Amino acid sequence: MSQVNRIATGGRIDRSKPMSFTFNGKTFQGFDGDTLASAMLANGVGIVGRSFKYSRARGILGHGAEEPNALMQLHKGNETIPNPRATQVELFDGLISSSTNGWPSVEFDLMEWVGKIGGKMMPPGFYYKTFMAPQNMWMTYEKFIRKAAGFGKLSLDPDPDTYDKVNVHCDVMVVGAGPAGLAAALEAGRSGKRVIIVDEQNEFGGTLLASNQTVDGVEAATWAEQATSELARMSNVTSMPRTTAFGYYDHNFLCALERRTDHLGPVALTGTRQRLHRIRAHQVVLATGAIERPLVFGNNDLPGIMLANSVSTYIIRYAVVPGQRCVVMTTNDSGYQTALDIQAAGRTVVAVVDSRHAPDGRLVQAAKAAGIEVMAGHGVIEAQGSKRVTDVIVAPLDEAGDKLVGAGKTLSCDLVAVAGGWSPVVHLSCHTGSRPVWQEDVAGFVPGPTIQNQHLAGAIAGEYRLSQALNAGVQAGANAAGTQSTQVFDCGDESEGAAQALYIVPHTKPSSRAPKQFVDLQNDVTAAGIELAAREGFQSIEHVKRYTAMGFGTDQGKTGNVNGMAIVAKTLNKTIAETGTTIFRPAYTPVTFGAMGGRDIGVLLDPARHTAMHPWHLANGAEFENVGQWKRPWYFPQAGETMQQTLNRECLAVRNSVGMLDASTLGKIDIQGKDAREFLNRVYTNAWTKLAPGKCRYGLMLKEDGMIFDDGVTACLSDTHFLMTTTSGGAAAVLGWLELWHQTEWPELEVYFTSVTDQWATCSFAGPNSRKVLEKLCTDVDLSAQAMKFMDYREGTVAGIKSRIFRISFTGELSFEVNVPADQGHYMWKKLMEAGEEFGITPYGTESMHVLRAEKGFIIAGQDTDGSMTPYDCLMGWAVGKTKEFSFLGERSFSRPDTARTDRKQLVGLKPKDPTVVIPEGSQIVMDPNQPIPMDMMGHVTSSYWSECLGHGIAMGTVKGGSDRMGQTVYFPQADGRVLAAEICSPVFYDPKGDHHND
Amino acid sequence: MHHIYCPYCEEIREEEEYSYTGEAHIERPKDPASISDEVWGDYMFFRSNPRGIHHEMWYHAAGCRRYFNATRDTHSYQIHETYKMGELPTVTAPTKAAPTKAAAQGDAS
Repeated sequence: MSQVNRIATGGRIDRSKPMSFTFNGKTFQGFDGDTLASAMLANGVGIVGRSFKYSRARGILGHGAEEPNALMQLHKGNETIPNPRATQVELFDGLISSSTNGWPSVEFDLMEWVGKIGGKMMPPGFYYKTFMAPQNMWMTYEKFIRKAAGFGKLSLDPDPDTYDKVNVHCDVMVVGAGPAGLAAALEAGRSGKRVIIVDEQNEFGGTLLASNQTVDGVEAATWAEQATSELARMSNVTSMPRTTAFGYYDHNFLCALERRTDHLGPVALTGTRQRLHRIRAHQVVLATGAIERPLVFGNNDLPGIMLANSVSTYIIRYAVVPGQRCVVMTTNDSGYQTALDIQAAGRTVVAVVDSRHAPDGRLVQAAKAAGIEVMAGHGVIEAQGSKRVTDVIVAPLDEAGDKLVGAGKTLSCDLVAVAGGWSPVVHLSCHTGSRPVWQEDVAGFVPGPTIQNQHLAGAIAGEYRLSQALNAGVQAGANAAGTQSTQVFDCGDESEGAAQALYIVPHTKPSSRAPKQFVDLQNDVTAAGIELAAREGFQSIEHVKRYTAMGFGTDQGKTGNVNGMAIVAKTLNKTIAETGTTIFRPAYTPVTFGAMGGRDIGVLLDPARHTAMHPWHLANGAEFENVGQWKRPWYFPQAGETMQQTLNRECLAVRNSVGMLDASTLGKIDIQGKDAREFLNRVYTNAWTKLAPGKCRYGLMLKEDGMIFDDGVTACLSDTHFLMTTTSGGAAAVLGWLELWHQTEWPELEVYFTSVTDQWATCSFAGPNSRKVLEKLCTDVDLSAQAMKFMDYREGTVAGIKSRIFRISFTGELSFEVNVPADQGHYMWKKLMEAGEEFGITPYGTESMHVLRAEKGFIIAGQDTDGSMTPYDCLMGWAVGKTKEFSFLGERSFSRPDTARTDRKQLVGLKPKDPTVVIPEGSQIVMDPNQPIPMDMMGHVTSSYWSECLGHGIAMGTVKGGSDRMGQTVYFPQADGRVLAAEICSPVFYDPKGDHHND
Repeated sequence: MHHIYCPYCEEIREEEEYSYTGEAHIERPKDPASISDEVWGDYMFFRSNPRGIHHEMWYHAAGCRRYFNATRDTHSYQIHETYKMGELPTVTAPTKAAPTKAAAQGDAS
């Protein structure tokens, strides 16, 4: 297979290492050192894809991150990767690639005919305008659009690779290892500072690798190699090629993606494929360079039309000339360099077409001396060809480049190298909120003012000449490192002519009638489209962007954006500085989700918290429920049981004998200090002044708006020592809340808070036989009903272990909680199970706990409350102290008019009319199911279960004015058309007098 | 990603260790029962939300568990200072100078 466009010598490729690859099923050859793009061009591949909207044939335009067309689908099966740019894919032997669109093939695409016929019917805002109605057809339209437009496909199988994340710190971070970045890193590195330098390419050097200039008499590429190896020798410098700094965040924090094995094969054979570096830098040097701008003219999207600088790069760096007969279209001196490079490669330069009337720089002279024809004061107004450019029409322009001043002439060619000026790569500088500013003398946006410790060097600041970039790099490196340098480089590139600021080449016809003049190739945005958007009233550049989709997509408008802004400005009779630019956001180039996830996937996504008894739960077949990060036993099914059968068995065991719950996850906060009691008075609704040591009390905690925030039982261990329990999910928030009030409002109170949730394991066992179980293991505490009453606390020895024993109940039955140090928890659980065996002690999980408490009408903060429920709304006024001296948190809000309304939603019991029904939780409550929609919504069901001991379904819910509606019937319309009914009742369904827990 | 100096730990730590807890220097009324609903409502719900200098509380949740104050620019995200509870900021927003008579006349002309 011949590489028709490969030059025999030169380039940074290794001809002794041929590599074969496939593109759209055909096999080609390239060399080690090629990118996929350079290898395709070497083989004369012209069409690499089809355009987004019009399905036009597209070829390779650039040579790096700016490439809008050559999006590839790489590899096969679960290894496939959508949308890398061929210009950034390093070739390896066996690489499989294909276009991301085009049907049935990119060479013959049916959609192109749709684009040709329908092109006029697809103006900007096409989707908004066309597919507005009827609304129910949108899904159908969308399917078709997605199929027609899609870029690439994902594998639905798990990613076979692993990824890493790493945190890094440095004194100086240099982004970009072109001339400016290398000079900066050398300067900073020599000072001894810790330096990180990254570059997205496979080797350092940037434009130096594709230049035939010299640096202080040394060939540019050689100078780059010397600089790279000097950096490599410095132990304080970390050099990272193949690493893209894609985001620059506040306080000099950067993220960089290192591609470790993408250049070796589809999957990493060892280690991780990619690594995400999270870098905190004291100083940042941005040396990100500039991207050449194309020019806007008719059919400027034809394959064979490329950026001039990219043509030079392919010739010098990759030894590939992507055409035989080339026309160079330029507005500045840099196009002449490309003409010289093409000629030196032995191909024909048909002409250099220069929009300037009197170009006279060093390179212009050199081109003329080499016999290249220069057409000054001319422009390429239109390209012609179907699958590739075959001709261009060149016409004379006026001085300003605004008008044609003569007839056109056709030049035959198969390559057009376009040099439309440069756009500094300002992307990273924008990420921290700095808006780029238009700089007239370099005809580009440069980074605006910033508060970051940021330095600019080289083309990003409009310093385009090599010597300028190197010298700026030295100074930026010195400034970042806090040193001084007088080093100056000589590259013999001083005399360069002024560039002309030209963006769109006029045509004989207006834009709306001329052949399509593309601005954004990836999104098929044309000059006519942008002009139309402006005429339709979109004047802000941000609006134009969103309306036309200019600058969207994976390339973020890296090539054409400025041209588009110039067209908007011209249409609105403004300057580019006035219309401004859109702002860039991370990521500079796409980042894989794999790298963002790193190792934080699967079981490592979030930590799982296990109680001390977890092994027992596992061994006994528990099903688990996530409560925050906790894994709590949900229920303990026995062989052949349905979940409901399990719950029925567990609940009946508690009601009839004894059952045991692992309550270790409840938040536990140890509160000590002489003012602990006063502090509790202030944060709880009820009074704590008289709670004696050895007693417990249930408390409600409110926010200042009077709404319930958390609840729990707090025990008085001594006058200066309390143990607070919180909901399992609310523990951290409650601790933060207590600290907040202590530290900010009441620092004079002497009180200390310590989380002891993990330090104590809790066995909660409930049922009429629970005392008998405990009595078997505990002999040093009088557990009799007279001696240890409901809500009492004792310290004692249980199964030989010093324990905290609470007689509290969340089930309504006689109930004890034994707290032991966590490392004894598993032992204590087993001892209690053994002791309870004769009573048929039954382990139960959170689901039975929910049923048992709901039978008693106990709320779960966060399930039955939602941040809009006061204690009165929950019919828990009994828990609010009326005569407390200090105005506790939330009390003042009870008298606010809205809080004091009597028709607020209140928590009530709901007894289904059909006793076999369990109303779905979340059901909306209405008074009249026959009312036309929208019905008056009265509230919703917060908790609902089957109660085996009562023999009917039970529920709780909030109902407007519910406490005055006892006995009324409410309805629950269901999504399936059923309407359920229930009677409003007290939420206490079981043992309303509380005889059981007082036994 | 903010980089925040904890005045208690006396170290710069990552934002991940902290949580933001709202505007600073909002004092709870001493006697809530004696104030109007409006004053109580202002205390509970109304915050200044400026563009620029803002004094706010941060909680070193995954560190020393202390609350402290920060003076932060809500536009640039620059943190000018952090200071302990009970202390006053040294960086404050420039107060809008009352227009002088001459300036007011100048506006009218």
